[in-house]
Amino acid sequence: MALLQISEPGQSPEPHAVKRAVGIDLGTTNSLVATVKNSTAVALPDINGNTLLPSVVHYTSEEKIVGLEAKHNAAKDPLNTLVSIKRLMGRSKQELEASAQQFPYEFVATESTVPHIKTAAGVKTPIQVSADILVELATRGRESLGGNLDGVVITVPAYFDDAQRQATKDAAKLADLNVLRLLNEPTAAAIAYGLDKGENGLIAIYDLGGGTFDISILRLNKGVFEVLATGGDSALGGDDFDYAIMTWIVGELNDEAISVDNLTPNVERELLDIACALKEQLSDNLTATASYNNTSLNLSRDDFNQLADPLINKTLLSCKRSLRDAGVDKADVDNVVMVGGSTRSFRVREKVAELFNCEPLVNLDPDRVVAMGAALQADILVGNKSDSDLLLLDVVPLSLGLETMGELVEKVIHRNTTIPVARAQEFTTFKDGQTAMAIHVLQGERELVKDCRSLARFELRGIPPMVAGAAHIRVTFQVDADGLLSVSAEETSTGVVAEITVKPSYGLSDEEVTTMLQDSFANAEDDIAARALREQQIEAEQLIEALSAALALDGEALLSQEEYAVLSSGIDALKHAHNNSDADTIRAEVQRINKLSDTFAARRMDNNIHQALSGYHLDDLGSMGSDSIESAASEK
Amino acid sequence: MAILMTEPAKQHIAKQMEGRGKGMGIRVGVKTAGCSGLSYVLEFVDTPEPEDKVFDQGSFNLVIDPKSFLYLDGTELDFVKEGLNEGFQFNNPNMKSACGCGESFHV
Repeated sequence: MALLQISEPGQSPEPHAVKRAVGIDLGTTNSLVATVKNSTAVALPDINGNTLLPSVVHYTSEEKIVGLEAKHNAAKDPLNTLVSIKRLMGRSKQELEASAQQFPYEFVATESTVPHIKTAAGVKTPIQVSADILVELATRGRESLGGNLDGVVITVPAYFDDAQRQATKDAAKLADLNVLRLLNEPTAAAIAYGLDKGENGLIAIYDLGGGTFDISILRLNKGVFEVLATGGDSALGGDDFDYAIMTWIVGELNDEAISVDNLTPNVERELLDIACALKEQLSDNLTATASYNNTSLNLSRDDFNQLADPLINKTLLSCKRSLRDAGVDKADVDNVVMVGGSTRSFRVREKVAELFNCEPLVNLDPDRVVAMGAALQADILVGNKSDSDLLLLDVVPLSLGLETMGELVEKVIHRNTTIPVARAQEFTTFKDGQTAMAIHVLQGERELVKDCRSLARFELRGIPPMVAGAAHIRVTFQVDADGLLSVSAEETSTGVVAEITVKPSYGLSDEEVTTMLQDSFANAEDDIAARALREQQIEAEQLIEALSAALALDGEALLSQEEYAVLSSGIDALKHAHNNSDADTIRAEVQRINKLSDTFAARRMDNNIHQALSGYHLDDLGSMGSDSIESAASEK
Repeated sequence: MAILMTEPAKQHIAKQMEGRGKGMGIRVGVKTAGCSGLSYVLEFVDTPEPEDKVFDQGSFNLVIDPKSFLYLDGTELDFVKEGLNEGFQFNNPNMKSACGCGESFHV
């Protein structure tokens, strides 16, 4: 049973129409996944409640571990634990050799230009490693949303070039994800804050993460973001703050045995953890305390500011350079968005506010804001949001639908849906060999055709002859911003299309609309009964149709005279019930006849298989393999 | 009172109403759609329609249009958790069959 969420008025999702979409922030240090629930973007936690997934994969000969556990293995098994793989995405071996950055991995010599890394689980490319991280995030999304994902939006840094973007897409493909779009990280952050709702604006995105700093200057023009300039430092982040504090701690300890240059890895890790804890305390408090080896450490905000300022000033320098590159003045910047865990630091906010002379946006979790923006974008792109995010112009006053067998109305666009809107639904043929379909477009809330208003009729011809129910006819209802309804029907295998355009509100006054609505409430009970009866009658008609056809084809060959008589009298009984009884009686009769015909159906099946296989020896069948048996059967 | 609500459902609705900050209640209902006939509606309500039935639930109102009421008579609304997923569920005695995924049903 699918679980429901409370929707905003008029926005209840259509059954099966809700697409599961997530936004993924595939980060250098940490990754996360978010989705839109009840119109707000939320980051999805794993089973332990952690939303951040360290972008670390640890390969052993038996398994691969992604995330926190892998991160713990980094020190123990550095060659098989791949961290910061994003830095390698879309990079060729030559580029890596030329760059100053050192990677501790064992690269394998190959013909290909893509770097190959040797691990215990075999040779891995950066794309495969990224795919493993994506799989982990997608699994979280699937478990949380209760089904396969229809689409994802993955964020990439604004400075990513085509090769790096393509590599990211390839990773997603490898992870079996449908990428709706790659979104620039700064743009995603701006969307999370709803800045895309404005007409025009100049936005600076200040992204200070664990190990990288990025500044992007975006211009919003009629809802479209343009990246004017990007800048930053790929080796500056929160870790450097920790390191600066650690240096301070070493000084405070005043112990000759401990100096910054000769720390053992374990002591260094321990001191960095204390440094990080002190830094985090200062986000909420004026002083932070910790102790190490019985020495108590007191770090005030002023002390911290002195340590942090040289680092923060470096970021501000990048900001100024980017502003200059973008050719804009810092006074023109309308909004500054803070992204990345390190922007929680009070001092960082203060200095950024000072530079841009405006209060930066900080009320969303800076770790999650990019993923949230991606989720909002994914939700729109996948089609969950068509209405509210577009210009809200008008609503459909009465439901629009079409006639289905038995003079029933199937509503395609429900009343009060905001326009413009497009909805598609699949229909199929009712009879064997049916080559045309009449599309009768109706308006109204009632269940039966005779109680609704007929808007238009047209025919779709050229459907290839198939058994009943095999054809896929996709009918699309589209109401444009002017309230013009166009209906098109397409047979999906051949692509034949027929369409018509009407103006549904034409000639209807407000009172008439009201009367039609009131009627639907006043007659609700009758309508339900009528609908139930018609649905059962159609079931019966389908059964009569199918059984009569089968009897005519091989009834005499496969059935004894008595059996034949039983079935044909069954058809008569069903016809009688169809014309004279209520829904429940017809339902019972349909079930009875279905049971009666079980043996006949089984024999027809056996007979078909027999015919398909006759003429072959058992040996042939064995050597043919199952595929060829199937094709032989289907040729008959 | 023909629509029942479990305590978790009430609490969760009250919480979500509070989080939303506006609205007078929630609407339950059905509409014809989906692969098996009908599907449920669960929405916030800002202003009820004149024909709606409104039931006071203490901290919020339960709103049903008269047509849906016929389908939902005797239904219990529950709030359940299934692993990472959580949400509302209708336990409807009128339901005779549902499609495989349970998003739509027949009465």
